[in-house]
Amino acid sequence: MMRLNSMVGLWCALLMLGSLLLTCGCERRDGSLSGLGAEGPPVVGDTLIMGSGADAVNLLPVLSSDSASTDIQNFVYNGLVRYDKDLNIEGDLAESWEISPDNLTLTFHLRKGVRWHDGAPFTAEDVLFTYRLLVDPKTPTAYAERYLQVVEAEAVDAYTFRVRYQKPLASSLISWAFHVHPKHLLQGTDITKSPLASHPIGTGPYKFVQWQRGEKIVLEANPDYYEGPPNIHRVLYRVIPDASTMFLELQSGGLDFMGLTPLQYAMQTDTPAFRRRFSKYRYPASAYSYLGYNLRRPLFQDKRVRQALAYAIDKQEIIDGVLLGLGQVATGPYKPGSWVYNPDVQRYRYDPEKARDMLAEAGWRDIDGDGVVEKDGQPLAFTIVTNQGNDQRVKAGEIIQRRLAEVGVKVKLRVIEWAAFLKEFINPGNFDATILGWNIPPDPDGYNVWHSSKTGPRELNFIAFKNAEVDRLLEEGRGTFDKAKRKQAYDRFQEILAEEQPYTFLYVPDSLPVVASRFRGIQPAPAGITYNFIEWYVPKEEQKYRR
Amino acid sequence: MLLYLAKRLMLMVPLLLGITLISFVVIHLAPGEPTDLQTQLNPEASTELQERLRAQYDLDKPLIVQYGKWLGRLVRFDFGDSFSQDRRPVASKIAERLPVTILINVLSIGLILAVAVPIGIVSAVRRNSHFDRLTTVFVFVGFATPSFWLALLLMDVLGVRYGLFPIVGLKSLGYDYLGWSGRILDILHHLVLPVFVSAFGGLAGFSRYMRANMLEVIRQDYILTARAKGLTEKAVICKHALRNALLPVITILGLSVPGLIGGSVIFETIFAIPGMGKLFYDGVMMRDYPLIMGILVIGAVLTLVGNLLADLGYALADPRIRHR
Repeated sequence: MMRLNSMVGLWCALLMLGSLLLTCGCERRDGSLSGLGAEGPPVVGDTLIMGSGADAVNLLPVLSSDSASTDIQNFVYNGLVRYDKDLNIEGDLAESWEISPDNLTLTFHLRKGVRWHDGAPFTAEDVLFTYRLLVDPKTPTAYAERYLQVVEAEAVDAYTFRVRYQKPLASSLISWAFHVHPKHLLQGTDITKSPLASHPIGTGPYKFVQWQRGEKIVLEANPDYYEGPPNIHRVLYRVIPDASTMFLELQSGGLDFMGLTPLQYAMQTDTPAFRRRFSKYRYPASAYSYLGYNLRRPLFQDKRVRQALAYAIDKQEIIDGVLLGLGQVATGPYKPGSWVYNPDVQRYRYDPEKARDMLAEAGWRDIDGDGVVEKDGQPLAFTIVTNQGNDQRVKAGEIIQRRLAEVGVKVKLRVIEWAAFLKEFINPGNFDATILGWNIPPDPDGYNVWHSSKTGPRELNFIAFKNAEVDRLLEEGRGTFDKAKRKQAYDRFQEILAEEQPYTFLYVPDSLPVVASRFRGIQPAPAGITYNFIEWYVPKEEQKYRR
Repeated sequence: MLLYLAKRLMLMVPLLLGITLISFVVIHLAPGEPTDLQTQLNPEASTELQERLRAQYDLDKPLIVQYGKWLGRLVRFDFGDSFSQDRRPVASKIAERLPVTILINVLSIGLILAVAVPIGIVSAVRRNSHFDRLTTVFVFVGFATPSFWLALLLMDVLGVRYGLFPIVGLKSLGYDYLGWSGRILDILHHLVLPVFVSAFGGLAGFSRYMRANMLEVIRQDYILTARAKGLTEKAVICKHALRNALLPVITILGLSVPGLIGGSVIFETIFAIPGMGKLFYDGVMMRDYPLIMGILVIGAVLTLVGNLLADLGYALADPRIRHR
């Protein structure tokens, strides 16, 4: 939840329960004035209590992939590099780095004098160990793939780490934001049985203190942190599964920080009393929702049909209905306002007339007068599947169902439990259309989701989108280090997606975090609000927790 | 008696085996595997990882082999390690959730008994009185009220608006700094709302049951006899009628033994109490087979033991059965 919000590793793990409300974002800010650091120098002390819907699972970064575990790990561990507030890469445990002219070798110069929480010194051996851990076949980690591209890794000396790649990979640098694990505590042990899974020892700004499962995790400021000790003395991570309960607990004073639901943001927090006690923030989340068409189905192979459906769906209406207006229309797989976003792609404003015309042009007409268009005697009908547990998707599906009925398309909506949904529908490619969402990672490499080689079972291009130019652009994009050239490739990639409409992109929701107003120093930036967490503070007279 | 006990215990073994076999097969029939959920739609995870995980968990072996291995561990009282990413022993995952769940359930059953039994008796003795009608309405309102709604309402009014009760969890944030008496008071304070909410819905069943029993007994000839020989109404009701009417309660108590470890997902979610219900629900959603099986086995054993205890208790309390 701190700097590396949507976690470099997890390029775009599926947004399942909309639990990533606090992911990085940018710009707009709303709510009362606080936090510009204009009231005297930051002081040390107090506790911040955050609410989370789920408990952490495993506090070893290499073994976990859930967002709650990642939140805690971000307090406890560091990588070699990280994203700064404007989502540019900056050094973390690496002071500096060099990229060889052929873009194949990365050399990191590590910070000296950094210590693990148990006092042992941090060196290049730890980095090398972490790399070996990641690629060890015995380690059940979800993150191995990217590090398997490394052909050679070495600790040149105690403070220099070097890796060589087989071919240039634009995301190679940021992949070293992966949290470094302590070699002296993990070497020679069975990683799956390590006590560090429940008692992490890192180099980060906070030290692990205590974990009461299902209840809370306690972290304490690391006085020895290399950037200086954080101001807030203690962080308490409380598990409260129900969003309504969490909100009640916030109001009763038991929480300082949580992500609001659109309903809470729009309807339940607009009182003067609330504004006095809390600051609300609002910026686009790093995620989007879409309606994806299974392109193996003959029905969806005609581009005009997909475009017609895009015209028939009122995206703004979905945002107003589902997110209470707290989001914006998505036009492609990138976040509006980010460097890679292309605002000039074709847009499909709600236009049922045009949708009907395009369907007619493609041969779909209502001949028998039953309100559903036909072609060769077959009515235009399909089923949208989505997963249970995500109310927003179900509601979006209902709105789409109604709008498509108006242009003569008959849609059924099926909601299926997550495990069965993957096994029976997404894996075997046995669906017509699906409403799902992806995270938007800071690095734009979309190879795994859009490349034609990724259409196999259990792979991410499950709609079987195949486009030779897109393949070429994706390969170019991931192999190019020059940002401007990369942007060119991805701009064109977005144009093609908008034209082809393999997905009808629906919306980018807003992140809606709320923080108790006694916390100062919060400066919203493209990276969200938590990137400078160690600089947050509470003025002495407003501090609430003394111990 | 001892022979009877031994026979009953022996019979439990094949029964338990059957239960575990059926549960094992059924949960594996549900579509989806734990490895799907851990690796799928995660772009970093290769399909190879999935195969490796399946091999680590023995999921690539035939079901009967998996069952055999699981059973082999079970007879050594080892529930195995969870398939979730923490891979902790199932036994310790259950052990850290069990006390809270049992505590709440015992308190809640205690409260139900303490309220429902008197209500049932009085309603039966004064059948169709105002009291009977009022309590009938009251307990059925309790029965019909969705617990999540009642919980949120009480939390908002008593917790947030008046600040009388804490609304989340079982301990205050400062719990670790309290003395032992402070700790007990703190937990009791936190328990008021959850126990009330969980008991409120259960009043109806018990009080109606008690009322029906009592009515049944009051109609018996020996009550008439008791009245005829001039006993006070108090003695008739409390001594002769009540004792007999309470007998079936033993059965109900026995049957609710397995219920002691079963929590409610909705209830635990709303009060943010880490109990068995949520553990089981999450386990099912993640297809965490060892965890699911562990909880099912404990539930099955308690059900069987509960039935046995009920039968024994009945025999002890009722001479007619004992001497048969």
